[in-house]
Amino acid sequence: MDITWYVVLSALLFAIGAGGVLIRRSPLVILLCLELMLNASNLALVAFSRAQGNEDGQVFALIVMVVAACEVVVGLGLIVAMFRRRLPLNVDEMRDLRG
Amino acid sequence: MSATTYGWLVLAFPLAGCLISAFGWRVLPGRAAGWIGTAAIALAFLSSIGALVALLDKPVQSRELTSSLYSYASAAGLDIKLGILVDPLSVYMILVVSGVSALIHLYSVAYLASDRGYSRYFSYLNFFVFSMLLLVLAGNFVLLIVGWAFVGFASYALISFWYRRHTATRAGMKAFVINVIGDVGLVFAAFFIFRDLGTFDYLSVFHAAPQHFSTNQGVLIAICLLILVGAFAKSAQLPLHTWLPDAMEGPTPVSALIHAATMVTAGVYLIARTHPLFELAPTAADISAFIGLATLIFAATVALAVTDLKRIIAYSTISQIGYMVVGVSIGAYAAGLFHLMTHAFFKALLFMGAGSVISAMAGTQDIDRMGGLRRALPFTSVLMIVGALALAGFPLTSGFFSKDEILVFASNRGGFYWIFTVGGYLAALLTAFYAFRIIFRVFWGEPVPEARELEGGHLAHAEPANPLTGEPEDTDVGFPGPEHHIAERDRPMWLAMATLGVLSIVGGALQIPGLDHVIETFLRGSFLDSRLYESVPSVLADWEGLAVGGAVALAGIAAAYFVYVARPGTSAALARRFRPVHAFLVNKWYFDELYDAVVYRPAIRIGRFSTGVIERVVVDGIVTATVDAVRGIGVVVRGAQSGFVRAYALLLIGGFAGLGLYFLIVSS
Repeated sequence: MDITWYVVLSALLFAIGAGGVLIRRSPLVILLCLELMLNASNLALVAFSRAQGNEDGQVFALIVMVVAACEVVVGLGLIVAMFRRRLPLNVDEMRDLRG
Repeated sequence: MSATTYGWLVLAFPLAGCLISAFGWRVLPGRAAGWIGTAAIALAFLSSIGALVALLDKPVQSRELTSSLYSYASAAGLDIKLGILVDPLSVYMILVVSGVSALIHLYSVAYLASDRGYSRYFSYLNFFVFSMLLLVLAGNFVLLIVGWAFVGFASYALISFWYRRHTATRAGMKAFVINVIGDVGLVFAAFFIFRDLGTFDYLSVFHAAPQHFSTNQGVLIAICLLILVGAFAKSAQLPLHTWLPDAMEGPTPVSALIHAATMVTAGVYLIARTHPLFELAPTAADISAFIGLATLIFAATVALAVTDLKRIIAYSTISQIGYMVVGVSIGAYAAGLFHLMTHAFFKALLFMGAGSVISAMAGTQDIDRMGGLRRALPFTSVLMIVGALALAGFPLTSGFFSKDEILVFASNRGGFYWIFTVGGYLAALLTAFYAFRIIFRVFWGEPVPEARELEGGHLAHAEPANPLTGEPEDTDVGFPGPEHHIAERDRPMWLAMATLGVLSIVGGALQIPGLDHVIETFLRGSFLDSRLYESVPSVLADWEGLAVGGAVALAGIAAAYFVYVARPGTSAALARRFRPVHAFLVNKWYFDELYDAVVYRPAIRIGRFSTGVIERVVVDGIVTATVDAVRGIGVVVRGAQSGFVRAYALLLIGGFAGLGLYFLIVSS
């Protein structure tokens, strides 16, 4: 089995996600793009796991999903909190931590 | 009860008295605190007698008993016990200390009756006696240092007793600082002893020292000299004597107890206690003896010129302790300690008499303003004359036997030790002269107004003033009250002085050459290992020395009579004739000025330099430079923290991409 296509797809998905994180300003979309990057890596892990013939990569993929779920919980929680305080939903305006 | 049980009781009574007076000051009525304090010391004296009796039951070879309550510290070869050593030397000392202290407490009951700090006074005084007894009973160097420091504190507290009088507080601080110099010396000595012998315990140290050290070994001489620093600071020997004359700012009974009879003799006790070390280091012992000789002549000359009644007696004390230091340093232990006891009797008596005189003069201490008090103060004058006779070494008084025994021992020892005999007799001449200078100036001559007033039955009460500066004082707390008490009118003072007067006369009977040697026999148990103890002069030599001493004393008294009574005005003429010498003596050989120039001013200058240069430039410079460096780096680095989340993300992703590219290129 040739894994090249899987890896190329994974790389494309990852690049799209990374580009989204860098370009978009809405925190909600940034969170979506992060998910995309995580799933791109999951795809690569599963593909390599199949190619190698052992299950380690699939285990990693499961762990990444758990981490992603946690991250979404925290991230969405933050976004909801920002919304309720009527803060602008724009990451460029949230720069109180500048030095 | 065993001797050690009595030893613990001796310590317990004064401590209990101290605590009762300290905590009961609000409820104790009238003179109760004074009587409680006196009773506590009297009980300690009775316990001392108990210890003496218990000790005499034992054979001479086994009269060194130890006892300990618990171990302070016990680790890695270190074993320090809260232990006492009851042997003839310590029992002798507790007898002298508690006996004289009991009489001085009795005197104080009346003398301080109108003082606002009555309970506080007796609490301090009992604490002092407790510390002094702890010092002499201690069974190891650590407990000795504890007692040593306690005594220094008690002395400070009592010198500064009238704390609203600024001269008194300054004198207290001076005494404390100089005493701490001595404490440091003693601590270092103990440290060296532990380093070389591995123990602090007296008996083990003295037992191990001859095997461990060779004669005059360097480290042993260092130990002995450090011990001497401690001893000389406490005993006011050259060059650490300057605090004692100033200590006369305290109440007169304090001067009698601490600064004449007991505390200042602690140095003598210490040298006698550590005699096995000094006999192994004869060089250190000789240095000690020469310093004692220098002190005794120096102080006697100063006593010829100063005019403050208490300061004359203070310089006399310094001088007399010089005799004791010479005695215990050259090996005349029994004689030196005998003089310690007789001196305690007659010097305490002289101070008590001085207190009575000062009261009669409404606080004045300057003998230039006294005169003709003989008829006004019949009892005090007789007792003062008795004290002065004993001090001068008048034949058959106590001082006559004890002083001459030291000097005869010196001449009997051979070698250069004759110097001590000659110097001692020279100083004895001066002693007799200044002792009767006090008597003739105070009690003879034209009666002063206060004396006439007292002859008419009325005791003068002047406005309270600082006797040193003449500044007026208020009579609120912390000052001597306006009321004065004289021995003629107050029974406790009368009783204490009478007892000491009798002891000053007959005290010498304990040790009369050829007749008896009670003290020498008794103390032998503590000096079994001493090579010098047995080398006592023959009875004939003793009596020759006594004859010389008696002649010297009579000559001194006669000279004083000639100068102050037969030809009044001679002393003023002499002072005018030898003005530089007189100024030199009145200024106490300029020791205070010397220390001012050598120690005080350079210290202040170093302090100014430190604040000006080291503190401002060096310390502040280091701190400021550190702060500036951190802040400067911060300004540079701060630019990276833009607060743009996406910029951080770009950096992160770009960074990883860069790393990935690098590894790809490297691996291919």
